[in-house]
Amino acid sequence: MAPPTIRRSGHSRKAQVSAFTGYLIAAAGAAIGAILLVLSLWKPESAAEVRGAATDVAAPAGQVGGMARGGILGIYDRIAGYLDAGSQNASLRRENEAARIELVEAKAIEAENRHLKQLLDMQEAEIKPVAYGRLVGSTSASTRRFAYLSAGTNQGVEPGMPVLAPNGLVGRVLETGRSSARVLLLTDGASMVPVRRAEDEVVAFSEGRADGSLRMRLINLGINPLKEGDVFVTSGAGGVYRPGIPVGVVERITRDGAIAKPLSNPAATIYVAIEPIWAPETEDVFTPAANEPAE
Amino acid sequence: MIGEQSSKTRSSRIGRTINRDHSQILAQGLPLLTILIGSLTPFLPVVAAGPVMPPFGFMIFIAWRLVRPGIFPLWIGFPLGAFDDLFSGQPFGTAILLWSLAMLALEAFEARFPWRGFWQDWVSAAALLTAYLGLSALIASAGTNLWHVQLILPQLLLSIMLFPIIARMVAAFDRIRLLRVRVID
Repeated sequence: MAPPTIRRSGHSRKAQVSAFTGYLIAAAGAAIGAILLVLSLWKPESAAEVRGAATDVAAPAGQVGGMARGGILGIYDRIAGYLDAGSQNASLRRENEAARIELVEAKAIEAENRHLKQLLDMQEAEIKPVAYGRLVGSTSASTRRFAYLSAGTNQGVEPGMPVLAPNGLVGRVLETGRSSARVLLLTDGASMVPVRRAEDEVVAFSEGRADGSLRMRLINLGINPLKEGDVFVTSGAGGVYRPGIPVGVVERITRDGAIAKPLSNPAATIYVAIEPIWAPETEDVFTPAANEPAE
Repeated sequence: MIGEQSSKTRSSRIGRTINRDHSQILAQGLPLLTILIGSLTPFLPVVAAGPVMPPFGFMIFIAWRLVRPGIFPLWIGFPLGAFDDLFSGQPFGTAILLWSLAMLALEAFEARFPWRGFWQDWVSAAALLTAYLGLSALIASAGTNLWHVQLILPQLLLSIMLFPIIARMVAAFDRIRLLRVRVID
């Protein structure tokens, strides 16, 4: 293709000057961008106001999508079902799959029983969610893992509040708009949740790895006591998250802990609950031994 | 009879040409609108576990810039990048900086290699996407210890493979952009 000649300034003094000014302004734009970047890395909350307002405007579009998501999942199921019915050995395959699923379910129930007991503890504590909302989208093109929530300060949501799905912790509210909020997902690199193994008191920190998995870093180093399939729940240390919320299941053991899979799946969750920030008893805060019993 | 005939002969693939002109709003506004819509990718009903979506806003921006070098002023990276930053989840300023630099980089590249074609456009877009996603991930990982290539590799490959399709879409939008819809009296 022939080169476009539109940018040629030629001998015209005016055109030359305006081309030069264009470069100057573009370079200035880049420089301002760099300054803003340094500023927002230094103080991440400095752009929160603008972002909150912008999300309020854009989120209703996502809400339509969020509602459609449930429908889309149904359509996929129906298409898959149609294809299955068409195949000749569908019934055999289904039997085989049912058996396999039952096997997995039996294992899952075993694990679930354990953290259901934990959940019962929490219900006795009578913590009522502040609000319910949909996850209307996530920053799927960035390595940061944020989700957008369809509830904001009008619904009583405030920064710091834990966000829960029926089967586990999703994350916590980071910034709020009037009718929308930004949620720091559990899998974000900056997310750090104090957890403990469900059956005993092995304490760890759950860090996001930005690719959908969690890194469990044991606090007490020594012989790694973790096994595949161990369930981690929040320990309640330091407040914010009340104890006993399911977090993740260990998938792979590493030198200083494990890689775990989060129990909540934000993509398959239609509604999430936003709970108030959990504040432990004052004496618990000042005596860490009460929160994090040594191994 | 003449009326029927004339409406056929006077129209071409860019619409009726006699007594018609481009609409300035459409010609200037459509590229901006498509880029802004591309920047709203985070509101797609996908709650992704990792960075999987291509950066549609940036890709549409690059595609417009490659197909029509003259339609944007050089400083357009600033406002468009600021809009992208509001929703992308990156620290504010990432896209302002990187989009402005992309604009300058393309300008320099085109001054060096003025003749263009499909492969050259694709290679330059791929190079820009690699730099953009790599630097974005690097900026986003500030303060954490997360920076490994495997994290953005699937997204990068998807973006590069998808670019020609985005470029064709933009070319189709370009034809809509130049429809002669304004009636001159």
